[in-house]
Amino acid sequence: MRFFGENLSCVRGERLVFSGLEFAVDPGTALVLTGSNGSGKTSLLRVMSGLTRPTVGHLAWQDGPVVDNPECHHSRLNYVGHLDALKPVLSVRENLQTWARLHGSTDKKIASALKKLGLEGSENIPGRYLSTGQRRRLSLARLAASDAPLWLLDEPTIALDAASVDAVRSLIAEHRAAGGMAVIATNVDLGIADTTTLNLLDFAAADEDIWEGVR
Amino acid sequence: MNALVLIMRREIRLALRQIGESAIIVLFFVLAAVLFPFGVGPEPNMLARIAPGVVWVTALLAAMLSFERLFTPDFEDGSLEQLALGPAPLEMIALAKAAAHWLTTGLPLMIAAPLIAVLYRLPDAGYGALMTTMALGTPTISLIGTVGAALTLGSRRGGVLLSLLVIPLIVPVLIFGTAAIDAAIGGIPVRQHLMLMGGFLLGALVLTPLATAAALRQALE
Repeated sequence: MRFFGENLSCVRGERLVFSGLEFAVDPGTALVLTGSNGSGKTSLLRVMSGLTRPTVGHLAWQDGPVVDNPECHHSRLNYVGHLDALKPVLSVRENLQTWARLHGSTDKKIASALKKLGLEGSENIPGRYLSTGQRRRLSLARLAASDAPLWLLDEPTIALDAASVDAVRSLIAEHRAAGGMAVIATNVDLGIADTTTLNLLDFAAADEDIWEGVR
Repeated sequence: MNALVLIMRREIRLALRQIGESAIIVLFFVLAAVLFPFGVGPEPNMLARIAPGVVWVTALLAAMLSFERLFTPDFEDGSLEQLALGPAPLEMIALAKAAAHWLTTGLPLMIAAPLIAVLYRLPDAGYGALMTTMALGTPTISLIGTVGAALTLGSRRGGVLLSLLVIPLIVPVLIFGTAAIDAAIGGIPVRQHLMLMGGFLLGALVLTPLATAAALRQALE
């Protein structure tokens, strides 16, 4: 099912980050968001996830707008942002279980997700002893453990070693082959074949003070 | 409903792993209550007289210490984002958080309350009312506290602001909680006090998840 946004604008603080933005993601495709720092990649991902409401414009799935049923939208997506959402007092497995079970995953799926991200054997390590790369991998394991069709990834490969980047690449390929879709914000070339690129700078607002009339 | 149970289980598991945090709240409750005789003198009749008020006021202050930990850690490490993006509506998350807060803070306070009452030689007739008012009042406090915690999320020095927001809202619980115990000791019917407290609890049960969810939505923007 297609997921798309029309005429999206986003205001953060007092700045118009982007405006008139359109995008569409079809099953099996990946959309890569590029643009310099501060161009609004993260803002767009948060808008797509529903955490932030777009100032103007609307988001929709083929069967209806997101605002009509945000819970249904949430059950269709998996968001991996900058923050890892890990608890230092919970073990690797428990950390993943927390989120995966909320999305209805089985224990078998959780175990295979840990394996895919190279975390088998460290299931019982408490979160506080994980390195930055391991934390990142555990965060990405949430994707492998869920059945959500839409993945929203914010700089997924940051802090990862080459082998893990490969693992992420194959994870995304597998997901797409199964009819899933991915939106990836990144500044490095991930080497994913056959993607659509959306450059946020194309939708950057003119550098004007949007509150001018209000003051 | 499934999500409600899962979130509560997560909260309780986290609380058990960091049992020290709940223990500190109860310890503060006991210590603060023990301080009063040093200030007002050890005269037994006077202590018995002020016991209901002391138990309730110190319980409220102890609970106040715990609210800041309700959402802040989850907000800072991104867990709150993930909870909000889960299949459960934020209202349900708010309710689960309040329920878990009561189980890990309100319930221990409730269990410690009769111990303090013993120290103060609360007349025997007051214990029934003490436990009933605690059972009705502490969940109300947890529910109102979640609203305060959600509203002050992300603000600097949120703890002080939180107390300023929450304390006025829980004054009714304090008034009727102590009044019910006093009435029980004096042999007057306590029914109307308890019914009012039950009313507060039901009202809070319906209204606070809506307010908390709205505040969380704002904080996550």
